[in-house]
Formats: sequence, C-alpha cells, structure tokens
Amino acid sequence: MSKLVIENVTRTFPGVHGGAPTEALVPTSLTVADNDFITILGPSGCGKSTLLRIIAGLDVPTSGRVLLDGVPVTGPSVDRGMVFQSYTLFPWLTIRENVCFGLRERGMPPAQQQEIARHWLDKVGLTGFERHYPKMLSGGMQQRTAIARALANDPKILLLDEPFGALDNQTRSLMQELLLSIWESDRKTVLFVTHDIEEAIFMASRVVVMSARPGRFKADVAVTIPHPRHYTVKTTPEFSALKAQLTEQIRVEAIKVEAMPAQP
Amino acid sequence: MKPLVPVSRVRKIALGIAFFVVFVVAWSIATFGGFVSKTFLADPLTMLAEGWTLFAQYGFAKDVAVTVWRVLGGFVLAAAIGVPLGIAMGAYKPIEAFFEPFVSFARYLPASAFIPLLILWAGIGETQKLLVIFIGVFFQIVLMVAVIVGSTRRDLVEAAYTLGATASGIVRRVLLPSAAPQIAETLRMVLGWAWTYVIVAELIGASSGIGHMITDSQALLNTGQIIFGIIVIGVIGLVSDFAFKWGNQRLFPWSLA
Repeated sequence: MSKLVIENVTRTFPGVHGGAPTEALVPTSLTVADNDFITILGPSGCGKSTLLRIIAGLDVPTSGRVLLDGVPVTGPSVDRGMVFQSYTLFPWLTIRENVCFGLRERGMPPAQQQEIARHWLDKVGLTGFERHYPKMLSGGMQQRTAIARALANDPKILLLDEPFGALDNQTRSLMQELLLSIWESDRKTVLFVTHDIEEAIFMASRVVVMSARPGRFKADVAVTIPHPRHYTVKTTPEFSALKAQLTEQIRVEAIKVEAMPAQP
Repeated sequence: MKPLVPVSRVRKIALGIAFFVVFVVAWSIATFGGFVSKTFLADPLTMLAEGWTLFAQYGFAKDVAVTVWRVLGGFVLAAAIGVPLGIAMGAYKPIEAFFEPFVSFARYLPASAFIPLLILWAGIGETQKLLVIFIGVFFQIVLMVAVIVGSTRRDLVEAAYTLGATASGIVRRVLLPSAAPQIAETLRMVLGWAWTYVIVAELIGASSGIGHMITDSQALLNTGQIIFGIIVIGVIGLVSDFAFKWGNQRLFPWSLA
C-alpha cells in the first residue's frame, strides 16, 4: 500500500534583487510504500532538502501536492516526524523533557509520557542521560535524542534530513546501524535524505537519485540486500556493485553543480 | 601575555581589586600631596568622614532607601509592560509593524528633557520620578526584547512544529524559554541605565534621595559628600549587578557551560 504520494511537486524560489527566480524542483513524483526505507541521494544544492521540507509541511510547493494516507499535506503535523541536520534539541529542556515535548504538547498524562520516553531513550542507548541538558552531550548523542524525540510521537512517517551530516565517520557508521536496527524492529516508514552514497545504500530498500538543480528524480535503485544487515555488508560484492553504479550517477550530477553559478 | 588566554580565578580577583587600589592611591597622592585644592576634590579620608556624618547626622540612609525604591519602582513598571509588549512584537510581525517605528522614534527622546514637562504634569512627587525612569528605559526594553524574541533559532521553531506544537505552543514553549536568559541579561543592563535617570530626576525638583543630597552638597561645596554619594550609587549598582547575575545563573543553568 502506498503511504506517501508526491504528485508533480515543484518549487521555485523568487529571484532576489530583481534576479531570475531559482527553480529548486521541477515536477517531481514519488510513491513511498508503507514500511519502506527510502533514501534520497543527491549532490548538495539539488533540492532534496527542499523536497523533504515540503513533505514535512515546513515549505509550500509552487505546484503539485503531497498526500499522506490519501490526505493532502497542508502544514507541519505530528504524523510526519522530522530529524534535522542541525542540532535542534531544545537547549533549555533535559534529554527526557525533549523526548516528551510532543507528548506534552498533546496533553498526554505525565506517567505515560515518562513510559514512552524511557522506551525510546533505551532504544537509542541513552538510558542514564535523562536529566542531562543537550549541551552536555556529544553530537551523536544529540542526534540520537532527536530520533527518539521524533519517534516518541509515533509519526506515520519519519523524515530525516542528513541527520548524520555533521558527525565524524565512525560515529556516523554507528548511527546508521542504530537507525537501521530500529527500522528493522519497528518497520516505520522512513524517508532519508543524504549525499553519502554508502549511507544511502546501507540503510535503504530503495535509493532514489536526484539530479542537479533543478532537482528531479533520475534513477530509482532497489537495494535487495537482506535484513538484518550487519555493517560488514558494506564490503560485499553486491554492495560494491551498487556503490559503483550510484557513484557514476552522482558524479555526473556533481559535475553539473560545480559548473553552476552559486545559489543566491 | 598571549591574546585570549584565560586567567586563573584567584589572579582575576586580585587584578580586579588591584585597580581599585591604584585608583585610591592616585586619588590620595593628588589630594594629600596638595596637587589638587581641597575646594575641588576632597581626599579619601575626608570623604569617608563626610559619609559617616551623612549617615549619622543627616539620615542619609533614608535618602538611599528612597532612591533605591524609585529605581526599582520605575524599572519594575517599565519591565512589567515593556517585556510582554516586546515579546508580542517579537513573536507576531503585524504587532511589530504597528509599534516598532514609533518605539524606535521614542527611544531617542531624551528622558531628562522630559523632566520639565513631567513636573508640569505630575508635580514634583514620586510619580514624576518614576515617570522619568519609565520613559528612560521602557522603549529600550521593548525594542531589545522584541529583537531577542524575533531572533529565536528558526530550526527550533520548525522542530517544534513537526512535533505538533500549535502557534500558542510555539510562543509558550519555544520563544519564551529560548529568549528568557537574554531578556534577563537585558534587564540587568537596563537596570544600570535606570540608576543614571534616577539621579538626573533627583537633581531637579526633589526633596529627598541621593541626587538631592548631591545638589545640596554642591551648594555647600562639600565635594566629600558628593563623591561619597556617587560611590554609594556605584556600590549599590555593583551589588544589584551581582545579584542579577547570580539569579540568572540559578534560573537558567542550561544556558551556561
């Protein structure tokens, strides 16, 4: 069953200082099945974050529409959880209070909030850090909290916008394994934006490649490596073949981006 | 010395006190050494003796209390109206568009120039003193609070929206807590300005307060009392500043470290 439908979505940003408008997305369509893990792979500045923000309801498409379970998206809501690239934990709240933010907002009794927070903090390995403030935690721990905070709300789909982009390589690999293991146990529908090819293949069941600006989908590659996936799958021939194929696709786009004038 | 290298706590305090010592020594040399006439500048000991006389014979404690009361009264009044208005302006752009141009203009109106008018309107009682301070700090508070609230990190607001926050939830649970430490810091700074305005208000048309004592002493050419009055203001300012800092650190532990 299709969970999320993106129908001919476009986004044009008005020109600044009388300049020409920027086309970030040309008609883009995508169908995401229930319980799927899809990564959107593209060079920087290709409009992949814009697309994710439109799905989250934080940006409005110039034309086209997004449907979740058949209902058009009109703005941000609890049914689409989001994890951002920047650290967006509320610095004045403890780790537990951050995870409870959405639950408290909808008026859930405190005892129930605590129960859910305990469950998710345990899942992301942060038991014992409930009373810490975000500043006291490393970047990886903050992003794990952000994932727990989004999942505590039990969204229909989880959107992630390069959440591990600011982390070092080792932490990034561990985070990928953590997110994948959560998905393997919960099968929450996930849409994950990244420019990292290995990351895109390792977690996804489908990798969608985006072209350089203006963004559109140029390839849709199924990843059939069976679950549960161990980090060692990154060295298998199957993985390498996919990586080679996607590297070629992305390279062409990256060269195009390089030749473009800087975005205003 | 290397740029930006921090000093130890003990050294920091010692250096801070050292300058006070240098200041008093220079003052002593200038006055006891006979380089400056007693008519123009009293020496430190005379200043202390005059201070003692002020408290013991002239009931200076009451003047100090009156001045502190006026500062706090005007300041609290301005903050009680200015902070909510600033928050509303920072959060809601139409409200900002409505008030901002006028407040920006009013900010440059010199509070001290209002004193003749305020005496005309409110007499020379307490209301007039409070109004001088109010005019002096209110518009500043409004503008600074509006800027602080308006510059709340957008990604935090967006994160809150994706977690299901409503518009009022954004104001209550994101804008307010995010801006609170900076608002408190702004109030600490503005309290310092309130002290400047209260003395100006008391120099004209007052029958009590530190500023009034200073004008009286001027008539008698008693520079010891004037300097003592100024130092008392400095000490109260320092104490209130420390109290504010201490309170802010207790209230917003998350904003440190």
